[in-house]
Amino acid sequence: MEPATKLDYNHQLSLKELPYIIRWRDDRCTRCGRCTAVCPVKAIEPSVKLQRTVTSEGHIPTPLAVRRIVHVIEQVTDIDRYCTGCGACTLVCPNDAIEPEYNPQNKFLLYKNKGGEGYKRGGRRNDPSISTLDRLKFTRISMLTDPALDAGRHEFRVRTLLGRILPPEELPLISVNGKLSVDKDKGKFIPPVREIFPIMIGSMSVGALSPPMWEGLAMGVAYLNEVEGLPVVMATGEGGVPPRLLKSRFLKYFILQIASGYFGWDEIIHTIPEMVEDPAAIEIKYGQGAKPGDGGLLMAQKVLKLIASIRGVPQFVDLASPPTHQTKYSIEEAVAKMIQSMSMAWGFRVPVYPKISGTKTARAVLNNLARNPYASALSIDGEDGGTGAAYNVSMDKMGHPIASNIRECYLDLVKQGKQNELPLIAAGGIAKKGNLAANAAALIMLGASIVSVGKYIMQATANCFGDEYNRCNLCNTGKCPRGITTQDPKLYRRLDSDKVAERVVEVFKAANVELKKIFAPMGRSTELPIGMSDGLSVDDKAMAERLEISYAC
Amino acid sequence: MCRLAAITSKEYFSPIENILALETMKEGHDGSGLGITLKDLGGEFKDLKGYPILSGICSKEGAKILDDYMDKSGFKLIHVWTPKIRHVKGIISHDHYFARVYDYPSSIKHNHLHEKEDLLVNVRLTLRKMGESNQSIFAFSFYPDVITLKEVGDPLQLAEFFGLDRENLKAKIIFAQGRQNTNYAIYLYACHPFFIQGYCSMTNGENTAFVPIREFLMSRGFPGYIGYNSDSEVFTHILHYTVRQLRLPLTYYKDIITPLKENEIETRTDSDVLRLIKQSLRPLCIDGPNVVIGFTPDGTCFMVHDAKKLRPGVVGGIKGKYALMSEECGLDSAIPKRDKSKDIFPMKYDMVIVGPQAEEVRVWNQLQN
Repeated sequence: MEPATKLDYNHQLSLKELPYIIRWRDDRCTRCGRCTAVCPVKAIEPSVKLQRTVTSEGHIPTPLAVRRIVHVIEQVTDIDRYCTGCGACTLVCPNDAIEPEYNPQNKFLLYKNKGGEGYKRGGRRNDPSISTLDRLKFTRISMLTDPALDAGRHEFRVRTLLGRILPPEELPLISVNGKLSVDKDKGKFIPPVREIFPIMIGSMSVGALSPPMWEGLAMGVAYLNEVEGLPVVMATGEGGVPPRLLKSRFLKYFILQIASGYFGWDEIIHTIPEMVEDPAAIEIKYGQGAKPGDGGLLMAQKVLKLIASIRGVPQFVDLASPPTHQTKYSIEEAVAKMIQSMSMAWGFRVPVYPKISGTKTARAVLNNLARNPYASALSIDGEDGGTGAAYNVSMDKMGHPIASNIRECYLDLVKQGKQNELPLIAAGGIAKKGNLAANAAALIMLGASIVSVGKYIMQATANCFGDEYNRCNLCNTGKCPRGITTQDPKLYRRLDSDKVAERVVEVFKAANVELKKIFAPMGRSTELPIGMSDGLSVDDKAMAERLEISYAC
Repeated sequence: MCRLAAITSKEYFSPIENILALETMKEGHDGSGLGITLKDLGGEFKDLKGYPILSGICSKEGAKILDDYMDKSGFKLIHVWTPKIRHVKGIISHDHYFARVYDYPSSIKHNHLHEKEDLLVNVRLTLRKMGESNQSIFAFSFYPDVITLKEVGDPLQLAEFFGLDRENLKAKIIFAQGRQNTNYAIYLYACHPFFIQGYCSMTNGENTAFVPIREFLMSRGFPGYIGYNSDSEVFTHILHYTVRQLRLPLTYYKDIITPLKENEIETRTDSDVLRLIKQSLRPLCIDGPNVVIGFTPDGTCFMVHDAKKLRPGVVGGIKGKYALMSEECGLDSAIPKRDKSKDIFPMKYDMVIVGPQAEEVRVWNQLQN
């Protein structure tokens, strides 16, 4: 008899307690070892076991017990090496012998939140529900009273404006003999405005993304602008910009982000004299939708040599952006100053705007910006956004859905007659179910001028494993099995930046076609249907009332 | 689909000419309403040019309320015109149709026209508000030298109803719209032409950009930008906003509702102005399908299309009399003795402008410098 202590497994986990259980099929496995080699968290390993089988040969049953040494693939029960369900093993298996299966009875957080420290993760929210954006339908269809436009044949201009726009009453114009000219003697400040594609790539920093990923996005954006004629812009995220890009002509396609960590800004400021192009805009990040109120965090394991040099920090230290700018006292004072000094750095030729989390107080910020002649836009990042590293509770339970937030902000501007002066940028949860163009069009009709998408672009262009059911979520750990959000060369070598660039181009070209396919039946082709709320309906009365759109069921 | 018949002439003429033109253009289920605006009036109004005329419809109770209000506001009634109604089957008559000529209150008599215009618009809006809930008062226009008539029914029958063929009602500019109601319940305020402070327009088509345009106009802080029972009313208000409020020359109306593309803007000498206008007035851009016919306070008439020209429109005539119609047969009816080869079918970049007194017609092209 074995001692009792040997039989007490109370301090060990069983597979039933883990969020994913590996289904491995002995009969199909050829023991090639690819799955164990590729697993980013080492949740599976080859193992040797003694197997006892009873066999019988001949006409009369003569059971014979045979003991054999067999080689198996075994899932470990170590909580630090839990299977994240990424599916990398399934992907490499030649015989479909292995796959992770979600275990809804898991006790994961019970073990992971030990020691009083909340569990941190990156990637997706645990919210598979259908968002408001996906419930909105376009119901005002042109047909007979007004002829439908032809998305393929008519001329379309799917473009929007980024930058502060002067109200028509304030335009410095003089009329001489029925012809107008700009009155330059008045010395009126005419703010910079960019014409861009209404969907932009949201902020994902160098550091958060792997070099081939960031490079792939950047290449895709440059190709879209220069070859396809689609003026797509991309926000850099807080993390600086590769020095060569700062001095290149491609800088005009990028929105530089400055956040509370100011990473990379030493380099950016010093490079200003050598810049041959102005950036598309400057985004001052005050908050992000996925973890509102929390700062950013790039975990130490991702701060490798390249990142350390771009950001101007030592290697392997946690890079935390505090939740607040240290110089910020109030929106009235410090935010205005920050907008002004950033504008001044580029000679007032570059639009500067803040990005905040979706919140009930967004309108207060908006109204303040509406009075600031140098504020070029307001970016509102709703819940459902992705992130590099955040507490589970922040990701799942904090934040404001973007639909109603953008709507109330737009209607507030309408009340003041400033709806065209201060563009609203909407972000957070767009294309959560893959409907990029439809979600973007819905937000535009609710009042957004521009839609910013990060997570979906990342997933769609690099074929990320993540989805709304909590698969993978390794972004923050630097172990991304696809090589998207890692700084480990062994992992990011799996990602081909050319392929990413190709997909970026495909995604935006497809979105462009789909936007036309939505706008044409709405009867719009030359200007974006910003605020065209009569085009939208929803199958829920309360939602319809809240968004001030029609109810249809 | 609506039928539009606008005639501008050096000599006074009767609105029956417009009605007959509408009749030739009639098709299908047309005829759910008629609206007429007359400017530069002749006949009994010829000597009353400086006095504002209130046009509208009211019930018996409404007439009392209206009189009381106008009295209190200090307006003195100096002349009343009412059509001699001939009852026609199918047309439900209102109690009073009127055009009342008033003298300004003494306190404002010597003020600048701009101030008077603001007072007139406020009075009209107050009357509208007072009578809107029980439909006791409809006030269509209140402005010097302008009369507006509106009623639900077939245009030709309405002409008979109002006795337009017999009345001594004449003008130099007359706009008429035969309404074909497609979308909403028939409502008098939804009848074109729409008029505000000397600016008038009527439209054939459907305005897909209606909601953002309405929101933009209503947020401009001008009290007259209300109503919008028809999506076409915004075209009148854009005209008013462009020319009166922003003081832009008339041709920029076209540049605002159908802005040029960037490479086309570059060819214009005022490209920097166009770029600013296109940005600042972005919400007023239309995508059609629309044809707009309008006039401005000085008696200039014009016709413009949406950029895709999805609705027809034609301008033609002889020196001293021009017609702007939605169909060519209407033009044949209004001015048969003209050189048809000189008829103008404006294309997407064109704005056809007929000068005051129908002196000349010119086509202004958006691409011209």
